[in-house]
Amino acid sequence: MTQESSCCNGAIGSDNVLNMYPEKRKLLKEYIDVLPIGDDRNFNKGFLIQTLHKAQEIYGFLPESVQLFVADQLKLHVSAVYGVISFYSYFTDKPTGKYKINICTGTACFVRGAGRLVEEFERYLGIKEGETTEDKKFSLGGLRCVGACSLAPVVMVNDKVYGKVTTKMVPEIINDCE
Amino acid sequence: MSNTVNVTINNMPVKVAPGTTILEAASKLEIRIPTLCHFKLDTFDFEHRTGSCRICVVEVDGKQNLAPACCTPVHEGMNVKTNTIRVINARRTILDLILSDHPKECLTCEQNGSCQLQDLAAEMGLNKIRYAGKTSTYKIDLANEAIVRDMNKCIMCRKCEVACNEIQTVGVLSGVNRGFNATVGTVSNRPLSDTKCVFCGQCVAACPVGALSAMNRSYDVWVALNNPKKKVVVQTAPAVRAALGEEFDFEPGTSVTGKMAHALRLLGFDAVFDTDFAADLTIMEETTELIERVKANKNLPLLTSCCPGWVKFFEHQFPDLLHIPSSAKSPQQMFGAMAKTYYAKKIGIDPSDLIVVSVMPCLAKKYEASREEFSREGVRDVDIVISTRELAGMIKEAGILFKNLEDQDFDNPLGESTGASVIFGSSGGVLEAALRTAADWLTGEDLEAVDYEPVRGLSGIREATVKVAGMDLKVAVTSGLGNARKLLEKIQKGEADYTAIEIMACPGGCLNGGGQPFIHGDTSILDKRRDAIYAEDKGKPIRKSHKNPDIIKLYDEFLKEPGSELAHKLLHTKYITRDNT
Repeated sequence: MTQESSCCNGAIGSDNVLNMYPEKRKLLKEYIDVLPIGDDRNFNKGFLIQTLHKAQEIYGFLPESVQLFVADQLKLHVSAVYGVISFYSYFTDKPTGKYKINICTGTACFVRGAGRLVEEFERYLGIKEGETTEDKKFSLGGLRCVGACSLAPVVMVNDKVYGKVTTKMVPEIINDCE
Repeated sequence: MSNTVNVTINNMPVKVAPGTTILEAASKLEIRIPTLCHFKLDTFDFEHRTGSCRICVVEVDGKQNLAPACCTPVHEGMNVKTNTIRVINARRTILDLILSDHPKECLTCEQNGSCQLQDLAAEMGLNKIRYAGKTSTYKIDLANEAIVRDMNKCIMCRKCEVACNEIQTVGVLSGVNRGFNATVGTVSNRPLSDTKCVFCGQCVAACPVGALSAMNRSYDVWVALNNPKKKVVVQTAPAVRAALGEEFDFEPGTSVTGKMAHALRLLGFDAVFDTDFAADLTIMEETTELIERVKANKNLPLLTSCCPGWVKFFEHQFPDLLHIPSSAKSPQQMFGAMAKTYYAKKIGIDPSDLIVVSVMPCLAKKYEASREEFSREGVRDVDIVISTRELAGMIKEAGILFKNLEDQDFDNPLGESTGASVIFGSSGGVLEAALRTAADWLTGEDLEAVDYEPVRGLSGIREATVKVAGMDLKVAVTSGLGNARKLLEKIQKGEADYTAIEIMACPGGCLNGGGQPFIHGDTSILDKRRDAIYAEDKGKPIRKSHKNPDIIKLYDEFLKEPGSELAHKLLHTKYITRDNT
């Protein structure tokens, strides 16, 4: 997440992604409807992260309109929802590319050169960490430890894991995505 | 289980109730432990123990780590040291780390002189900045009329977030991002003007540093005062006089009405008027409306509409109830409308050559004055709004020795007021003032009893059933938007049968407004301000709004009668539905 505003024109939620896809909205609503949501905000908060996981699985990202919907359904302030989304690097409020390249920058990977890998991917794709290429093909992000420290440094592309990655392997990994 | 716990702090024994924190136990022994993030408001029975800043750490015998005093409960036999070398070193390191990402711009900071971090640095004898690390670079939010947010100065105590979400339930602020980028922000880091922020300024009041501050307009006032082509008049809200003295070393609770009027004249205002006059006018219109609604048994309960923070709150969050707030404008806006019509005509000048300045205890008033419907033909009814703190700043800048000033009176015709209007400054005051007038009007008598004690107070929700002319009027008073929400939800569910409800956005009412001198958690100051306000009411020869001779004259000469067509045109307003996001 960058410090600067990532959107915004118009009212909160005017991106309208929520209603653009009625079938997706229905899926999310069905998921939330079986949760035992009550009037107690602190209790409802307990369902926030799993709901956001579901929402991101459905929409691919969490635009304001989806954040608002989740907030309304769970009777939370939308600011609290945004707070959680901005805290966890897994969640994103921007559309991501078809291939999500995530470089582990956990301790083990970091000491074995993950920093240089990030730089190389940035150079190769012409985008910064947290950004998506214009053709919406690649997104570049970081993650913290996938539990494969013996393979450090690790890069994940969607669900595929690459181990012992060197800067020389970057073009190869990108080509794999074609 | 025993009812007391024996604790030793700095070798002094003290008995306290179980569950007491080290901080509270120490205060019993007159030992001060510094705090930044600890948020406690006694009058409102509110406490939030974040324990995030760690500046309050102390040494506890048998505990390996230092303990935060603000959120560590005492236990039997606990032995605490608050000033050992280990504690002092730890506190200095914590301060150093906070300062490593805090701008060193104290000289140009709005909060210079009232910053708790600055005070702490002075107290702890800070003599150099030890860590020159990375610093934050946030864009300053200057996009609204009322509040400036400069997150570069934020120390992450998160008191603003608590004020916004827990006390006010407005829900605009939240902790966002993580690690070094963690800050308090809005959804997608939008400017406050793009959110449902009501500009109550309770976040500003809570902020220990200058991350949140008022949009300072005092320079605009200087420019206006020095413009020979303009006539500049000023109005001062009821709560200002009960707190302004604090900025000049008067004991809290000292009313400085006369000195304030004098100082305003010395600053160069052409006429020094009083929002209290307009508060009396508000009562005339609002009580007329109340009696009409009671007689028709329609659109009840009537909700007061003096508070712009509260108005914006219900516009965002309760759009289905827009028909029940009184349509009467707030005193500030009534004053502006009368100044630019009645008064301008009286002194024979064009309204565009008249500048109306307000001194308010409030930050939302800055926003209110900028609302579109409060302009006519491009001329705002109220041109510039400054807070109590900004006025104090101007008086100091002008070199006026406030403490030594003789008392002076307000000017006519917009300066005369009654006891009913001054109590607008405290929670409960508007409703009490309305009851005083309603009781007289409904009985057709001049009733002696004007004190409605049950509606007075600062905290919680107060209810009373008042017998007026054989009718039972069930009324409620509350302040703080969290309390307001509870009442409105009751109304929505049809569980409330009140006739009238007074609501003020800030806990305790205007005397605790976001533009008042900082209390930094000492709510006993609020009780004293309240006493000063009610003492002023008691001391007034006239204590009912409808007996104000200048109000009577205003209707005779100009408005005709309360609720007249002209009164509706100039003194009433409409509400709009806003995004509830």
